Amino acid sequence: MLLIHCPYCEETLPEAEFAYAGEAHIDRPADPSALSDEEWRDYLFIRSNVKGPHFERWRHVHGCARFFNAVRDTVSDKFMTTYKAGDPRPDLTAEEAAQ
Amino acid sequence: MTRFRVEGKGRVEHAEPVNFTFDGRTYTGLRGDTVASALLANGVHLIGRSFKYHRPRGTVTAGSEEPNALISTSRGKGRYEPNTRATVQELREGLVAESQNRWPSLNFDIGAVNDKAYMLFSAGFYYKTFMWPKSFWNKVYEPIIRAAAGLGVSPGEEDPDRYSSRYLHTDILVIGAGPAGIAAAKSAAQSGARVTLVDENREIGGALLSDPRVKIDDIGAWDWLSAQLVELEELGVRLMMHTTAIGYYHQNMVGLCEKLTDHLDELPEGAPRERLWRVRAGQVVLAQGALEKPLVFDGNDRPGVMLAGSAQTYLNRYGVRVGDEAVVVTSHDSAWYGAFDLADAGTEITAIVDTRDTPRADLAREAERRGIRLFAGHTVTGTAGRLRVKSVRVNPVRDGRVGAAVTVRCDCLLMCGGWTPSLHLFSHTKGSLKWDESQNAYLPDHRSEACHIAGAGRGLWSFEAALNDGDVAGRAAAEAAGFEISDHARFAVAQDRPGTGVTHKELPTDRDAGKARAFIDFQNDVTAKDIRLAVREGMRSIEHVKRYTTNGMATDQGKMSNINGLMIAADALGEAPPRVGLTTFRPPYTPTTFGAFAGYHRGATFELTRRTTIDSWAEEHGAVFEPVAQWRRAWYFPKVGESMDAAVLRECTATRNSVGIFDASTLGKIEVAGPDAAEFMNRMYTNPWTKLAPGRTRYGLLLGEDGFIRDDGVIGRITDDLFHVTTTTGGAARVLNMMEDYLQTEWPDLTVWLTSMTEHWAVVALNGPNARKVLEPLVEGLDISHDAFPHMSVADCKVSGLPARLFRLSFTGELGFEINVPARHGPTLWKALMEAGAAHDICPYGTEAMHVLRAEKGYIIVGQDTDGTVTPEDAGLNWAIGKKKPDFVGKRSLARPDLVMPGRKQLVGLITENGAKLEEGAQIVLDPNQPKPMKMVGHVTSSYRSAALGHPIAMALIEGGRDLMGDIVHVPLPGVTHRARITDTNFYDPEGARLQV
Ligand SMILES: [Zn+2]
Repeated sequence: MLLIHCPYCEETLPEAEFAYAGEAHIDRPADPSALSDEEWRDYLFIRSNVKGPHFERWRHVHGCARFFNAVRDTVSDKFMTTYKAGDPRPDLTAEEAAQ
Repeated sequence: MTRFRVEGKGRVEHAEPVNFTFDGRTYTGLRGDTVASALLANGVHLIGRSFKYHRPRGTVTAGSEEPNALISTSRGKGRYEPNTRATVQELREGLVAESQNRWPSLNFDIGAVNDKAYMLFSAGFYYKTFMWPKSFWNKVYEPIIRAAAGLGVSPGEEDPDRYSSRYLHTDILVIGAGPAGIAAAKSAAQSGARVTLVDENREIGGALLSDPRVKIDDIGAWDWLSAQLVELEELGVRLMMHTTAIGYYHQNMVGLCEKLTDHLDELPEGAPRERLWRVRAGQVVLAQGALEKPLVFDGNDRPGVMLAGSAQTYLNRYGVRVGDEAVVVTSHDSAWYGAFDLADAGTEITAIVDTRDTPRADLAREAERRGIRLFAGHTVTGTAGRLRVKSVRVNPVRDGRVGAAVTVRCDCLLMCGGWTPSLHLFSHTKGSLKWDESQNAYLPDHRSEACHIAGAGRGLWSFEAALNDGDVAGRAAAEAAGFEISDHARFAVAQDRPGTGVTHKELPTDRDAGKARAFIDFQNDVTAKDIRLAVREGMRSIEHVKRYTTNGMATDQGKMSNINGLMIAADALGEAPPRVGLTTFRPPYTPTTFGAFAGYHRGATFELTRRTTIDSWAEEHGAVFEPVAQWRRAWYFPKVGESMDAAVLRECTATRNSVGIFDASTLGKIEVAGPDAAEFMNRMYTNPWTKLAPGRTRYGLLLGEDGFIRDDGVIGRITDDLFHVTTTTGGAARVLNMMEDYLQTEWPDLTVWLTSMTEHWAVVALNGPNARKVLEPLVEGLDISHDAFPHMSVADCKVSGLPARLFRLSFTGELGFEINVPARHGPTLWKALMEAGAAHDICPYGTEAMHVLRAEKGYIIVGQDTDGTVTPEDAGLNWAIGKKKPDFVGKRSLARPDLVMPGRKQLVGLITENGAKLEEGAQIVLDPNQPKPMKMVGHVTSSYRSAALGHPIAMALIEGGRDLMGDIVHVPLPGVTHRARITDTNFYDPEGARLQV
């Protein structure tokens, strides 16, 4: 079981308190009707499926209930960092160096 | 005294006999024995039949890596376990053990014909032998293979034992209580760290238990162990015996399975049988030692052939000589020591066969002193004996050529092909391994977790090296955990018996190697020939070789076979072993019971059961319950002797004719509050909400962003900035999660608060033409006449003196009210309504009648009439879409090409011509005479008997269904094909007149 740091609670807590919520930084289009079928398909279904650092969303569902973002290495299944929803993608050079 | 027991020797209690049975025969062992050691003390080697070939097999190891000696054990009703390793199961009084995979008896087994047909069962036999014809697979081959191949029989009765689970936090977890583990635990604990030391055995000591002559700091090994026990306790080390570390997970979480009762004569009242520990450790020290490898030669699986180190363990730890006349065959020095110990205990060592040309001089001298015949630079090429080895062929090897054989008599053959560091747990962490050419072994390399490896796991073979390495690892762990460490304790060991050796592929032979039954994986019956065949047939990666041959895929996960398989595959491929690679070990380290994993999650505590506050009334009044999500809900209320069908028809009739009462408390309830509540609702739900006046309600439809129906429910506007949203019972948590997701991450600009109210309100539904008559006298502060409080209204008021939120709505098609009161008042409200309704024969109804009543009206149930691929248009709910809204969740998808394509499945009604009730889930075809496989155009989603209509009704999703109104479709079921007419889904009171009273 992973330990996950909630950026709102500022606590590192067991995975059982959290729920995964898909890839991060995919904004819902402001005006979906303006999108072509292909663009809307991409928004709905197309995900990066990376091998390596993956930007993803988690929810501290059995805690503060906030959604937040994380970077997890899909190879090692280790969290590199977590940050608040709405914050920009973190610069990973420091984390990668640490790993 | 049994024949092979050595008086006074070992750690068993010679004065404490323990009786047990094996295959119906009574034997006597000693306290401290395992089933295997007790049987060996009685001269019993033959203990089972092999998986595929039914070859007679004997105990080959003395530990948890045992592949052969699998037995079933039982102790009374339900307490039966198959595939118990006899080498691990401690003897207890009255233990009943049976051999497995033999019929009619262990000595004479019909299935052994498989052995004669072994050519059929070679590598990949599953993929090749039984390919044709395809239809034979299910009917002929599979059952025969299943019957012929196998291990134990599954238990047939419910397990009466309890299994518990716990968490543990510790600074340092040391796994393995051999010399390295003991030293590590001590040095770590001396720093002040909290230390936990676990071992799967009944006592600490590891390999020291098999080597009592060793002296540590001038103290005899076993006295030293006794002193360590005291010291560990004084240091506050938590010592857990009978505890196997089964898996090593992320961030130093280690799963432990502690066996609590299997070794006890009497079961303590109420004690759990096993306990699963989830340990979060700051640092982990792996001190799991090493496992001995067999040598690979023809007939190396015959009962009486066993690992030399295990024979040494049986002698020194259990006081059991494994035979009278032993031959030792080895490629490593360690087997010589076992031979000397056995010789000194009275077993005749007929010969030591060493594959190496020049054994160590001191060992040769010791052998000579004991009169042991030595075959250096020799190989063994076969064994003889039906149910027990009686001789072995020994051949010289000169310059790679195998010379003529001599036959050497023996009743046991002790083999050693070197040692493999036990790195299974390290492998669980994805820690990388590095091939060590000098040791012919994989050693730990890069670590991915905060762990330290000590002793034989790092390829250190002497006790002195293991002890000192353990001390270093314990201090390193303590330092890494932030503790101050003391100086290195240096252990000095006398009479240490280190050794070296070489690793082989299969041993050379003077016979046809293609006919050799030289086993690598004893449990899965994989031979050297199988590996070579796999390579010839194109397998290149060790992972492919593993799957093609099943090498290492048995319950022992190849603890003994892994490296031998690799050496042979590498040889066949002409590659160096590290280039061929190693298969990955997975948890659990040893087979673990389902009970341990299930823990408390069984029976009534399998999952939590949610009950409404009215549940106890339903129980007292004979309700039959059904699970709905985590809730248990009253399903129907049968009178004495009444069938379910009769009860449901009665409940429906009573509701339609007068009034029914229903506990709707499980409905999901979410309050959406705030100045932007209406805008939020507009964006989430398909319907328009801006113009909905406070005090009014509306049916709300929720889609996913993909345009498919996710949930629905009636939503009331209480004030301008407060909506009372109801959801399906099962969807409540999902809907709230989805709302929170959009609110937090897409629309943080909206000022809205979401609150789950599901458990705050008890909800009672009153339905039927007399519903108002029952309710009206109890209501204060609200006129609930039809004109003042029309259909789809909501208001706060008092009911029976209780604060209430009253909805006028209907899920039955009748005049209906839903009364919400604070949950604690649920029973009071229910009883007041029952009392008030008595004059109108008020009838409690359950979820089944609720389903029937709503189906008669064509009201859908999300998740029953929809399945995650149904759009509002498919379900006939386009009227619920706010056409003028610029956007809502899922709107854009409703215009996707696939969602507007003609021929999509649409929800329609079905009425059978013969009056039969259809099966829910039944498939629908247009032409019942078409050839199979028929084209299925849809399926039945809901089907009920209907009292109001006098015939059964059904709903179905059918391709282009609404264009087929009035057409006949066919529903093929076993033995009968029903004709059914497509109708509207609104079967009863289609004008809705009964709602407007
Ligand atoms: Zn939190």
